[in-house]
Order: sequence, then structure tokens, then C-alpha cells
Amino acid sequence: MPTFYLDDSEIPFTDGETILEAAMSAGRYIPHLCWRPELEPHSSCRLCTVTINGRPFSSCTQPALKGQKVECDTPALLAMRRAVIQMLFVEGNHHCPCCEKSGACKLQATAYLLGMQDSHFHHRFPVRMRDLSHEGVSLDRDRCIRCEICVRASRALDGKNVFAIHGRGIESNLAVNSPSGLLKGSAISPDDAAVRLCPTGALIAKGRGFESPIGLRAYDREPLSSIELREYQARRAVHD
Amino acid sequence: MLSRVAAPLETATHPEALRRVVIEPVSRVEGHGKVTLLLDDEGHVRQARLHIAEFRGFETFIQGRPYREVPVLVQRLCGICPVSHHLAAAKAIDVLVGARTLTPTAEKLRRLLHLGQTLQSHALHFFHLASPDLLFGYDSDVASRNIIGVIQAHPTIALQGVKLRKYGQEVIRILSGKRVHGVLAIPGGVNRSLSRDDGESLKKDIDQVVAWSQGAVKTARDLYLADLEKNAAFGSFRSNFVSLIARDGSLELYDGGLRARDHLGHEVFDHLNCDRYLRHIHEEVKSWSYMKFPFIVALGSDEGWYRVGPLARLNNADRIRTPLAESERAVFARLGEGGPVHATMAYHEARMIEMLYAAEAIRELLDDPDCYGSDLVIRGERAFEGVGVVEAPRGTLIHHYEVDETDAIVRANLIVATTNNNNAMNTAVREVAARDLDGRELTEGLLNHIEVAIRAYDPCLSCATHALGAMALDVSLEDASGLLVDRLVRDSDGRVARPGAP
Ligand code: SF4
Ligand code: FES
Repeated sequence: MPTFYLDDSEIPFTDGETILEAAMSAGRYIPHLCWRPELEPHSSCRLCTVTINGRPFSSCTQPALKGQKVECDTPALLAMRRAVIQMLFVEGNHHCPCCEKSGACKLQATAYLLGMQDSHFHHRFPVRMRDLSHEGVSLDRDRCIRCEICVRASRALDGKNVFAIHGRGIESNLAVNSPSGLLKGSAISPDDAAVRLCPTGALIAKGRGFESPIGLRAYDREPLSSIELREYQARRAVHD
Repeated sequence: MLSRVAAPLETATHPEALRRVVIEPVSRVEGHGKVTLLLDDEGHVRQARLHIAEFRGFETFIQGRPYREVPVLVQRLCGICPVSHHLAAAKAIDVLVGARTLTPTAEKLRRLLHLGQTLQSHALHFFHLASPDLLFGYDSDVASRNIIGVIQAHPTIALQGVKLRKYGQEVIRILSGKRVHGVLAIPGGVNRSLSRDDGESLKKDIDQVVAWSQGAVKTARDLYLADLEKNAAFGSFRSNFVSLIARDGSLELYDGGLRARDHLGHEVFDHLNCDRYLRHIHEEVKSWSYMKFPFIVALGSDEGWYRVGPLARLNNADRIRTPLAESERAVFARLGEGGPVHATMAYHEARMIEMLYAAEAIRELLDDPDCYGSDLVIRGERAFEGVGVVEAPRGTLIHHYEVDETDAIVRANLIVATTNNNNAMNTAVREVAARDLDGRELTEGLLNHIEVAIRAYDPCLSCATHALGAMALDVSLEDASGLLVDRLVRDSDGRVARPGAP
């Protein structure tokens, strides 16, 4: 099996695997938010950035190459990832203390993982439209990080096409495919993968939040990285 | 007039000719409290007011949020009694999801949480905040008039206070996952049961906690009786009393109807359904204060203001369900000589009797199989308006919400204990100003008398820094034209200085 170097460890890979996939298979966690193993990569959050010969690449899209030397956990890259997550926090309104997703939120868990202590940058405090119109699903756009997981999941996994991103840059926003533009009247359902896979509290199945007691929530019991490594490897075992 | 001496001091006739003294705690917890005194040339107090900058912003802030978030969100109103806000909001939300009667497990676990909160808050209030004044004297040396001083001079008392508080916090941590700002109540119930292991670990210390609480009642009573005349008169006045009451007329902290008694102890209303509080309690706005002044409608705004909190609850209760607290209540009630007890300083003994009740009631619940049950949530017919009332440690707390069909909050009204006691605390401040300060040179010790009176009602004003007994204060004395005459500054370490004295 060909191998490449991730920092000091030698990582085997199969043809066509990305650096991120090969690292996950080998038990090395690279932080990521817009990547999901069941979806096409998107390469938008840049959290998975690694450097090869000093140049940055997103490891979720970069194919692994034999003998390549990939830097991942350097102080500079760790600082960059922390800055990225800080920017995500100040760009929206992420009030963890009263969010139903707290403790099961991938954005929050990643911030812990990266040792984020404060938000560093000035908060933007955006005011975006909240959509509580649907009886089973709510959408709080102030918590959306535009990872497009819901967009891809709704199409690829739910077969529905409920979401799209509109607008550009800092003004981009999540749009809902329904005559009124509201979740009510769209094809969404609380059990959709689009809702389940949202890494933040933006899309939430109504009425389930605080039912998990503190201490027993998803990331209270086990760190995000070990949960995802375990799940990825189990998934690989089934597919191989 | 209910207040005996000082009512005229609310508003001076010619404020422009008077000197102004401001007592302003520098840091804040729930509200930001400030006392202003107006003095004439002879140093007579002509006007005394307590201003509390209430955080009404919260009611606007939660508009548009889904109701499920509210019991968690509102806890951030307070760092001392967040559980009270959590439960009052949860009770209001129960109405929205049609769960007026919870499962026995959910109801009892919420009660247990609330009792833990009462225990820890009362212990904090009495031992950390009030005992330095009571043990050392109101104008004793400020350097030792704090919990550290108590630890040095009365180590046993201080240690028991710390441990009682810790026990209450442990109850909260076990049930809500965190010592502060955890989550237990969810719409229609609770999110966890009590495990046998946790129940056993709490049972280990509960007999000791009950015994210490009995000791605390004795300490509070002995301190009061040591100078009965002074304590009965200090910041004292007559008032009406409002509290929750159990169906059988016994002390109730979590549920039940509202009872109001007048200053003679006669019932004004009783077993009032909390949903209907708005018809019986109105709030008056005064131009000089951000905080409203609630009153009982049937008695009018002049005569209808009232007190809430431990003293009100003990005056209103016909009995206490638990035996040890009930026997202490009977002794306490004698202070009223056939009527309600009115002394401001009697709040502390009442508070300790409630702490004893909380300890006994926790002991009962830990042996109750329902607390270990698994039937946690109930749902019923959807409603769009809900009121939830609990007795927070400092008094009656009302949460009232309206939602639309998307579950978003469209209107919220919160009446917190501090607001309910607003007029009472103002009256106490005026009484102290009239009796203790009038015509004397103002010293730090004398100004502390005012804080002692406020502290009997509400530790939130004697905020976080005051955990060391030294509320940071900046007192300036200005003449009628606003020119600085004198200034006293006390930092949070208790050092007093006169910077820039002319
Ligand atoms: S709603 Fe969630 S999944 Fe969709 S783009 Fe926003 S953060 Fe990503
Ligand atoms: S995970 Fe690779 S860019 Fe988001």
C-alpha cells in the first residue's frame, strides 16, 4: 500500500483517497466542518487546511500522493484553525448557553477541540431571518455557517432539494425552496438527513433539544474527534 | 399609612436647596442599586430613595425566541438564584404545552431542585452576606466585617455556612448537570431522573445538614434577641404580605395559589389562581425609578404595596409541613404578638427557618420512590399564554409569556422578587435614614446601616464583590449646586479612603 507522511507519521492510502480520508482511516483526526463522509466534499470551511511544501491545501479535497510530506499539526496551522473558528463564531450569533444544540453542536465541540478561549475578533451581531414556521423544524440563520451540508444532504440523501445558498460573500445566506420561502410549505421533515447533519444549531428538529441532560449529551460523553474517528472507521469497514 | 415614620421622605418639597449623598455599588449582579439621600444644612435627611436599574431588556430580548429556549435563557438573569427563573419559566411553558399537572417524578424532582436552590441561596445570604453585620455590629471595623472576618472569629459558624451552601449546590449539580445554569426542567417535565447512587450520596450528609440548619435558626434568633429592641425597630415598618400558599395553608415554595394578608394579618385574597395575578396586582411607575412599584389592586397604590420573601411567607403560612421547621415557626410567630411580624431584621430568622424546612423536605424527597421514577414528561392541549409563579429565595417570582402558533415568544412579563419588594426596600431605607442617619456626620459605618437594611431583603444588590462583605462603594456628598463637598470610597477589599477631600 502506498503511504505519505502526515507530520511524522506514515499514513497508508488507497488510490483516489483524499488526505483527510486516509488520515481518518489511520486514526488521525483533522478538524473539519463542511466535510461529511457520506457527501461530496465542499472545501469551503478551510478548517481542514494542511500544507504541502509550504502551500496550503484543503485536505478534504486534496488527493493523497505517494511519499508526500504533509504538515498538519504545526503551531502555525493550529493558530490558523483557531482563527477560522473564531471568525465563524463572531460572524453569526452563537449563544451556546441557551442553544438547544449545545453539547451536541459540532461547531462548539470543534471550538473546544481547538482550544478556543475567546472570540478575539469583534462580533458582527448580524440580524437574519429566523424561520419557526414549520411545525417540526426550525431554522435560525444567525447560527448558520454556510457549510452547505444541508444543501447537499437534502439532494443526495433525502432526495428533496430543500435548500440553496443565495447571495455572495459575507451577504450569502441560506434559502429555502418553497413558494413562500419559508420552511412551512417546503418538503422538509424533522427526520431528514439535512436536519440531522447540520453541524450547528441552525437547523433543529423542534422539541428535542434540552431532553438530553447535561453530562449525557453527545459530546459530553466522548470527544468529537474520537466519535468521528470511530464512526468513520466503522463506515469504512462496511464499505470495504 | 403603613409606614410609620418616614413616608414623607420619599419626595422632598424643595430638593434644590438640599445636599445630595449617593451610595452607589460599583459592580452589579441582577440589578444595579443606588441610594440617594438629600440633606439640609443641619444634616437632616429630607429625601431618601433606592434606585434599582432593573434589567427590563430581557423581556424584549426573548421576543421571537422559541419558547423551548426560555427556561434555559432566563436563568442568565441571575447568578444567585438562576434555578428560580428556570422553574418559573418552565411552569409557564408547561401551560403552553398543556402539562398543568406533571408526572409525580417530574414534579418532585423540580421541587427537589428548588429546595436545593433555597438551601444554597439562604445559606449564602445569611452566612456570607448578612452575618458579618450581625456578628460584629453594623458599624464595626470594615476591614473585618466580611466572611473572612467571620471565619477568623467564628470558625464553626462560618464553616457550617460554607458547607450548607455546598450541599445545596450539590443537589443542583446532580439534578441539572451544573452547579450554576444547568438544565433540569423541559416543557412538560424534566430531562432526567435521580439515580440511586446520587440519591444515596445525597442521603449521606442530609442529617448533618438538617442539624446545622437547626443550629442556624438558633444563631439567627439569638442574634436578634440579643438586642431585641434595636432589631425590632431597625428599618422597621408595617406592610401587607404576598406569597404562594399550599392548598392546606402551609408554607409552599414551588406551586400553589397566591395569598395576600394585610398588615394586621387579615386575608386580602387567598388561593388565587396564579393565572389571574394581573387582575389583583398592578405595577405603578414613578418618575424617579426605573423599577416599577407593584401593589394589590384591592388596596390601591398608596396602601396596597407589600413585602415578599421569607418574612412574608412565614407570616402568611398557617403552618409548615415539616416538624422541626414548624416548631421553629411557632416560636418565631410569637414575635408578632398575635399579628404578623413586621421587623426588617426578622427576615434573617425567617430565612433560616425556611432553610431548615428545605433541609427536612430534601430528606423526605430522597426517600421518596417517585424521585427515582422514569415517567418524566407529559403533554396535553396546546395553549398560547402561560403564567408560572414560584417563591424564589428572595420572594415571589412571576413569569408570564404569550407565544404565537410558530412557538415564538410574542410578549413576556417578568415580576421578580426585587420588584415585588421595591417599595418595601425603599421604605426600609427611609426608616434607617430618618432614625439612624438624621443630623449626624456620615461615616462609612453609618452608611452601612442602609446596606444592612437592603441586605435583609436582597443580596443581589450587595452583589458579587460583597461576598467578602465589602460592597465597593463610592459615596459623594455634593452641595445644592452639585459641588463636591466630601467623598468616601470603599474598594472591594474593604479599604476606605477620602480621595480628593477638600
Ligand atoms: S443550516 Fe446548518 S447545514 Fe445548512 S448551511 Fe447552515 S450550518 Fe450548514
Ligand atoms: S472540511 Fe475541508 S474545507 Fe471544510
